[in-house]
Amino acid sequence: MGSQTPLYACHVEAGARIVDFGGWDMPLHYGSQLEEHHAVRKHAGAFDVSHMTVVDLSGAGATEFLRHLLANDVARLKEQGKALYSCMLNSAGGVIDDLITYYLAPDRYRAIVNAATREKDLAWINEQAAMYSVEVAERPELAMIAVQGPEARSLAAPLIGDQWREAALALQPFYALEAGDLFIARTGYTGEDGWEIVLPAAQAPGFWRQCLDAGIRPCGLGARDTLRLEAGMNLYGADMDETISPLEAGLGWTIAWEPKGRDFIGRGPLTEMRSNPGQRKFAGLLLEGKGVLRNHQRVVVDGNDDGEITSGGFSPTMERSIAMARIPAGDYETAQVEVRNRLLDVRVVGMPFVRNGKIRIDL
Amino acid sequence: MSELPGDLVYTKEHEWLRQEEDGSVTIGVTDHAQAALGDLVYVELPEVDQDVERGGEMAVVESVKAASDVYAPIGGTVIQVNEDLADDPEKINADPYGDGWIVRLQPSGDAGDTMDPDAYQAFLDQLDE
Repeated sequence: MGSQTPLYACHVEAGARIVDFGGWDMPLHYGSQLEEHHAVRKHAGAFDVSHMTVVDLSGAGATEFLRHLLANDVARLKEQGKALYSCMLNSAGGVIDDLITYYLAPDRYRAIVNAATREKDLAWINEQAAMYSVEVAERPELAMIAVQGPEARSLAAPLIGDQWREAALALQPFYALEAGDLFIARTGYTGEDGWEIVLPAAQAPGFWRQCLDAGIRPCGLGARDTLRLEAGMNLYGADMDETISPLEAGLGWTIAWEPKGRDFIGRGPLTEMRSNPGQRKFAGLLLEGKGVLRNHQRVVVDGNDDGEITSGGFSPTMERSIAMARIPAGDYETAQVEVRNRLLDVRVVGMPFVRNGKIRIDL
Repeated sequence: MSELPGDLVYTKEHEWLRQEEDGSVTIGVTDHAQAALGDLVYVELPEVDQDVERGGEMAVVESVKAASDVYAPIGGTVIQVNEDLADDPEKINADPYGDGWIVRLQPSGDAGDTMDPDAYQAFLDQLDE
């Protein structure tokens, strides 16, 4: 038996199929992953993401520390509540984790990191923090619920206290608000509008039930994965890890190269890789025919088979199979994927595949 | 847990077989199998007239989660495939013992070890423990 979130009993009660995810007993689906996926694209879904790790960073050196720790630059966060997506790199430029950092107030930040990487992340952050005037505090007493979908905010708004509701609804994308016991962020991992709400564990089951009573459908990790794949959002451990740089994972846009003088961890090796024309690129694939692309299948472009699917699956919205892949450098419009000893034709496409309910690729 | 149909026999690979009156055998996957796979999104079927060996790969069922081989529980010649599954693979989820059947074989030998409904239920119960 793994760790359980404060919502575990709710999931079991709702008939969830429980699976292990990074040491946590989590709901895979509550009956139909496909229906949960469609609910988020067309209406609203709720996800228990309490397994994710919340880390608060505060102190006079917090900004300086994060500017060293992260490949993206928190100095870009001028307004309180603004969020920043970034990779945390090792000294070789490999990705230790990807995370979102929220700028809460001068000298105060909240970072939300992955569940499966919790221990190594905390060890790394604490090791790096030793030289800075910063306090690192994990917040295991907090739970987290994501409500996602075009109707998610309007359905969840009545659950927010009167004094905070208006401000919560006024949040722009990628901004967050501290609302008493709640922390409300207009972020997510589905490609749809919505909130991610951090709240005390004791309040989580009540809030979850109210979400469901409001007509928000409970959704498991299965739908979370197909939604993020359609949205072109990377999954740590699949699309990148400590041996892969953000440049080969489609995350070059998250590296803040300017100002040149900022000494972030991994900058040196990354700078060298950046000028290497042979490095692989990250692209979307669309299967032209029937079948399903899967992780680790080989991708062949112009006879070069040094390509690999990092995340593949079936897109419920497109009713086609799609994938993210690392493929040889160059410009290609088509490629082939080896599926059970056969080469299937795929189109190389830009991502996202789907955003805000709309298919972005010509089928 | 749904009731196991009494007129079928089952395998440890979670397939079912129905002996038809004309001597052919219809094969599908069990309710347990479809539940474990999750929503099915693609089924790769064999060709009609194709010979399959007992224990050989006969079809592939792919769900949102994973691809899973369906092995022939009995050797023989494929005489019919459920073509509806090409457009509606979810029929296997909705009705695994009925509209979700996969192939019909004309057997050329005996099936391997199969279980009657009670024995298969006992096998499932033991998996849950």
